[in-house]
Amino acid sequence: MTAEIKRSIDFNTATFTNERRAPEALAPIANEIRRDIVRMLVRAGSGHSGGPLGSADIFATLYFGGYMRYDPKDMSAPRARFVLSAGHMAPVMYASLANAGCYPKQEQETLRKYDTRLQGHPGRDMHLPGIETSSGSLGQGISIAVGMAISDKLVDKNDRRVFSLTGDGELQEGSVWEAAMSASHYKLDNFCWLIDNNDCQIDGRVPDVMNVYPIDKKCEAFGFDTIVVNGHDFADLMRGFDHFLANQKNGSGKPTAIICQTFMGHGVSFMNDKFEWHGKPPTKDQAMAALEEMSTMP
Amino acid sequence: MELLGSKPTRFGFGDGLLALGERHSNVVVLGGDITGSVMTQQFKEKFPDRFFSIGIAEQNATTIAAGLALSGKIPFFASYGAFCALRNADQLRISVAYNEANVKIGGGHSGISVGPDGATHQVLEEVAFLRTLPHMTLIVPADYEEARKATIAMGEMVGPAYIRFGRSPVPLFTTLDTPFVLGKANVVREGTDVAIIANGALVWEAHLAAIELAKRGIQARIVNVHTVKPFDFETVTAAARECGCVVTAEEHQVHAGLGGAVAECTGKNAPVPIEFVGVKDSFGGSGDPEELMVKFGLTWKEIYASALVAMERRDKGSSGVRAIKDVPVYSV
Repeated sequence: MTAEIKRSIDFNTATFTNERRAPEALAPIANEIRRDIVRMLVRAGSGHSGGPLGSADIFATLYFGGYMRYDPKDMSAPRARFVLSAGHMAPVMYASLANAGCYPKQEQETLRKYDTRLQGHPGRDMHLPGIETSSGSLGQGISIAVGMAISDKLVDKNDRRVFSLTGDGELQEGSVWEAAMSASHYKLDNFCWLIDNNDCQIDGRVPDVMNVYPIDKKCEAFGFDTIVVNGHDFADLMRGFDHFLANQKNGSGKPTAIICQTFMGHGVSFMNDKFEWHGKPPTKDQAMAALEEMSTMP
Repeated sequence: MELLGSKPTRFGFGDGLLALGERHSNVVVLGGDITGSVMTQQFKEKFPDRFFSIGIAEQNATTIAAGLALSGKIPFFASYGAFCALRNADQLRISVAYNEANVKIGGGHSGISVGPDGATHQVLEEVAFLRTLPHMTLIVPADYEEARKATIAMGEMVGPAYIRFGRSPVPLFTTLDTPFVLGKANVVREGTDVAIIANGALVWEAHLAAIELAKRGIQARIVNVHTVKPFDFETVTAAARECGCVVTAEEHQVHAGLGGAVAECTGKNAPVPIEFVGVKDSFGGSGDPEELMVKFGLTWKEIYASALVAMERRDKGSSGVRAIKDVPVYSV
């Protein structure tokens, strides 16, 4: 593919630090995460395309914008922790961890294959660095993250951060709101809840399957300092994350919810905002077209 | 076995938890609004910084416990077994067992002996579920002292564990000196005529049944399987092979609980006749614990009658299982 040769960064060998970056520096990283997602899904022949592609900009900001502090070479050392509550979005986390240098990039090719560390949904038993917990049964990751935030803030009394990402369809799981209640009850200003608000789930548009709106008002009612951002605008995403940092720094006693408005499948025009892409991989031809399209992006 | 008094097993859980709290600074406790009745109140008063009230939200409490465990803490969450073993089944499966998170669950008010609260609160099914979870340790102590020891043992082992305890006073017959090793069943009475394999409050009932059987010249062996998982295949197999017939007894559905575990073991290692004493595919109901134990057939009388049936089935059959010697014991 000639398009790959033109690129200035050798993404096969490059790893990206978790130092703070300017918004425009995040775009090529997000683009590479998307390319990795497409490449691993087409090889796997199954898996979820829509959510991972749609949330790649959130992940680029989270892992490479300076908000998560971690040592990719030692993910058991004290660190900020991210819990993927929406476990089916594993490809975007796997791609982020690979581009951070937590594990070799070529291992992404093993997604969903026999004996892989890259299970269809994250499995902690596989010991892939950066996978804090198994997830895949929706609604549980956020509670785990709350438990971690209680441990950090109230038991160990350190200033580490805990992040968790849920989908918007996932908000239909009642236990999510149990977790939200406990985060504000315990004044976990070290906890940041990311909501990937792409308005899609397997069966259709979220309000048609079961309405969860207004999400912002619900989060506020549950005691979260809530901010709504454009999930494809890095400056706006950083505004949201900075808001969380300020909350923690000032000891506001409020957990932060960042509602990231995204489009499912963003970055691949034929997938954009189509709920049909929730749970399927691209064909070879579709993957070629997608990679070609992304090669023209920054 | 000697009767030393009467005390609920939940008191043993509470006292064991206090001892653990004193020994280990990373033991934390999550409350589910019924801290007084599941005996976590004392821990809360003594270690307020290590107690977190989660309210009436067992799914969340179980999963928060997983998060704490993944942060190096030893979290205990206790509630009624009806709510902290089954309502949160998915959380136990994924966030606790699959994660191999070091979460400890105390399931109170278990079995029919809860009494007047009725069927909704009398959990009779959770042993069946919990023993199918990989990595899970499952303990059903027989009395106060065993519950106390078991609580300390589960706190000091690494991995997910569940302890089942009850509300009402039950006979106390083990002492500080009675051995307790997780995963190692105790032979509490020797005999080779019939093996009675029991746990929880039914161990004492088995003892009463054995006294009556002895009056007829029948020597029953009693095995207290306090740890249902990991299951002690060696001790149960030996009992089945040497007695040639088995009675199981538990305060749980006869399906898939201790009786199921014993049947799986003997089916593979010593296919002998088995009789099952337990609740026979029904829900409970209100009443005094003693009345209910009689109504649902959970007394020494059922164990006694079942032993006679098991022996008769053995003697009329020709399995020859008693001749099995020097054959390996298979686990799963």
